Amino acid sequence: MNKRVLIIGAGIAGMEAAASLLALGNEVLLFERDEIPGGHLKDWERLFPTQRLGSEVLDFLKKGIGSNVQLIHGTTITSAEKHEGRFKVVSSGGDVWWGDAVLLATGYDLFDATKKEEYGYGIFKNVITSADLEKRLLHSKELLTAEGKKPGRIAFVHCVGSRDRKIGNVFCSKVCCVTAVKQAIEIRQLLPDCEAYCFYMDLRMYGMKFEELYNEAQEKWGVTFIRGRMSEVSENIDRSLLVKVEDTLIGRPMRMNVDMLVLMVGFVPTKTTAKLAANIGVELNENGFIKMLDEHTSSNITNVPGVFVTGTAAAPQTISTTVMDARSAAVVVNNWLNSGGKA
Amino acid sequence: MEHHSTRPDWTQYQKDIADDHYYYARSCIRQNFFPASEQTFLRILKDELGKDILDDAHHTTCTGIGYHTDVVPLETTMTVVARNFALMTEAGYKNYVPSCITSFGLYTEILETWHHFPETLEKTREFLYKATKREFNIPENLAHTSDVIFKFRNEIAAKAKFRLINKETGKPLRIVDHIGCHYAKMFPGKGIGGAEYPYVLAGMIEAWGGQTVDYPERRHCCGFGFRQYFVKANRSYSLSASRKKFESMEPFKPDAIVNNCPGCPYFLDRWQYVTAESEGKVFGPDNKPIPVLTYEEMAGLVLGYDPWDLGLQMHQVPVEPLMDKMGIPYDASKKYLDKNGKDIGKPVIPELFKSSVHE
Amino acid sequence: MSHEKFGFSAVKPRFIEYDKNDRTLFYLLRRREPSISICFSCGSCSATCPANAQTPFSFSRIMLYIRRGEKVQIAREINKCMMCGKCRLACPKGVNTRNIILITRDFLQKRTP
Repeated sequence: MNKRVLIIGAGIAGMEAAASLLALGNEVLLFERDEIPGGHLKDWERLFPTQRLGSEVLDFLKKGIGSNVQLIHGTTITSAEKHEGRFKVVSSGGDVWWGDAVLLATGYDLFDATKKEEYGYGIFKNVITSADLEKRLLHSKELLTAEGKKPGRIAFVHCVGSRDRKIGNVFCSKVCCVTAVKQAIEIRQLLPDCEAYCFYMDLRMYGMKFEELYNEAQEKWGVTFIRGRMSEVSENIDRSLLVKVEDTLIGRPMRMNVDMLVLMVGFVPTKTTAKLAANIGVELNENGFIKMLDEHTSSNITNVPGVFVTGTAAAPQTISTTVMDARSAAVVVNNWLNSGGKA
Repeated sequence: MEHHSTRPDWTQYQKDIADDHYYYARSCIRQNFFPASEQTFLRILKDELGKDILDDAHHTTCTGIGYHTDVVPLETTMTVVARNFALMTEAGYKNYVPSCITSFGLYTEILETWHHFPETLEKTREFLYKATKREFNIPENLAHTSDVIFKFRNEIAAKAKFRLINKETGKPLRIVDHIGCHYAKMFPGKGIGGAEYPYVLAGMIEAWGGQTVDYPERRHCCGFGFRQYFVKANRSYSLSASRKKFESMEPFKPDAIVNNCPGCPYFLDRWQYVTAESEGKVFGPDNKPIPVLTYEEMAGLVLGYDPWDLGLQMHQVPVEPLMDKMGIPYDASKKYLDKNGKDIGKPVIPELFKSSVHE
Repeated sequence: MSHEKFGFSAVKPRFIEYDKNDRTLFYLLRRREPSISICFSCGSCSATCPANAQTPFSFSRIMLYIRRGEKVQIAREINKCMMCGKCRLACPKGVNTRNIILITRDFLQKRTP
């Protein structure tokens, strides 16, 4: 008999897992709270390290779920529980579905940059986040300051809301360094007369082709990398921004005027995931993400038998690793179902 | 050029300020720098707002200066502070309002220390009893006097005879607000608006018709500290800190600076004189220096008190240009006469300040 | 500043004033020796430098000064280089360090009378 898997969240992980589970012969119900699937990928113009279009990956994922995966969109799942050997999920509207396994693919939220008061996000109009920038590049080929002028200098601030004990997010968000390099290159391509600066603490270029991207940013595009965490941002009388940073390699403080500031905001676990996890008894790790049973051998398995996790609901991930993780989750879920796993 | 203070998040940092029945703790040095400020505060609270506030002659310094210059150890400071609290308790008050911002920071620090380390509180009780046979209660509410004025800013606005508006252009005056470091930088939760965007003075300015100036060095220290300037050789450090602020606010053409600390207006006022004499530079609009006020003086001007009763003649930077802009009438001939009409002597006016006064 | 009158005067801030600095030398080097762009301040050059072992001459720091336009520091230190080339051997990115020193010395000589 065909087993049914309930996947909560139709982002990258949810969609790819759905496609793989379908191919393995399972029935899949894919729940998504938005009207359209795709999660954060919908708002992302280009992906590192090759700068290919995000829409291409989105199309690939959509093709994967095709028409045989039941996509239930515009629906927020608010509770999940075990009942007589099966799982029952209920939406905010009161609708009920039954299944044999639950796969949590509820993803992440972006850090709310207004919490870093010293950067002035939400106060100074020329301070934006990396997500804001990506949306602007997606919808328009023009990038102007809040006063409608062409920017002459744009600075990127790494580690906003990540690696920050005071904020409560101790972890590294993994993708922001390489995204900053990518966006810096994109700025230089779009606006050849605009200077680009990256203010970093460390540059995490771990993936294949990441280091080459960094080299390209320096050599070909003249992006300047300054090691130092920006400590204070203020507005000049013409609405340009005065930034204060310690040039740690020289060992002296530095002041610089920039036209726009891009904050590389990190991942935070979502509150809705936490609520759902509490509801079904799934444990969270100390960073608030869903806890993997074992980081090395059981990364898709939670403490509740029959409830699995994939994607950024468990940890910050790149798109490539999310796709891989989703496939791995599909295999794990499938194996569990076929070996007589019961809720 | 519009430059509003767009600070939505000051509302995140709110604090409880008592309504009435205050025990007033004066500052040690403030009355020398700005003679009438504390008197004006009492006048506003008693006469305008009808509040009960005790001006106790028995209280002492909080020893903040001594503590911050390492001449008074913490245990001594705690005991002296406890004595002040004992006086407050004995007078039947529960709400403590210190006039000095360093005091406020010190009291907050001590209350936090007693809270987290109860053994220090026990020790202090013991010391105080042994030294003076007094016992004390911890104040139920600790607020700075500028917090109190902030709380009643709308009531003061209702009684205002003048507003912080340029009479000729009808535009709000641009006023720089400078908050003492000890107000919120140590305990952001204890300051209205937190440490990044403190609102206590900005709220007063906006309630009385003015416009705050947000300039890059807004949060920079004025350089008062204590260690820095007690020794003459270190004063260049303090001077440079204030100078950096002046340079940064200059493009915004501020009409005045308002403060809530004893030391800050002292430095911001006096260092303009030093810079004018040693560098030949002033930083205000129209090639004039920028008048510096305490918030009580600003409240007094807005309420229509006589400027010479507010002690404005003691400022190094002449306040006349501001009063002219606001349309406040004053008798220039009475500036250097005391209450009995006797001449108290005229200071030497620096060359670069002469355009600010009517000679 | 009339130090005599008061006994103290305002001090110049320590900031690197990025917008006030003159980075002509850096732009010149970027055109004449493009490998300067690829330096990521790893410090391999100054670690092996014999001059750095005896005097406070740090090539990696000079590279940073050039990038920021801090001319005074560059001029003071650049003449200690012995042109031995060990830095170039050590550099993992292939920066032509000796050429950078030669061009910089040339530039500074032409600028000073």
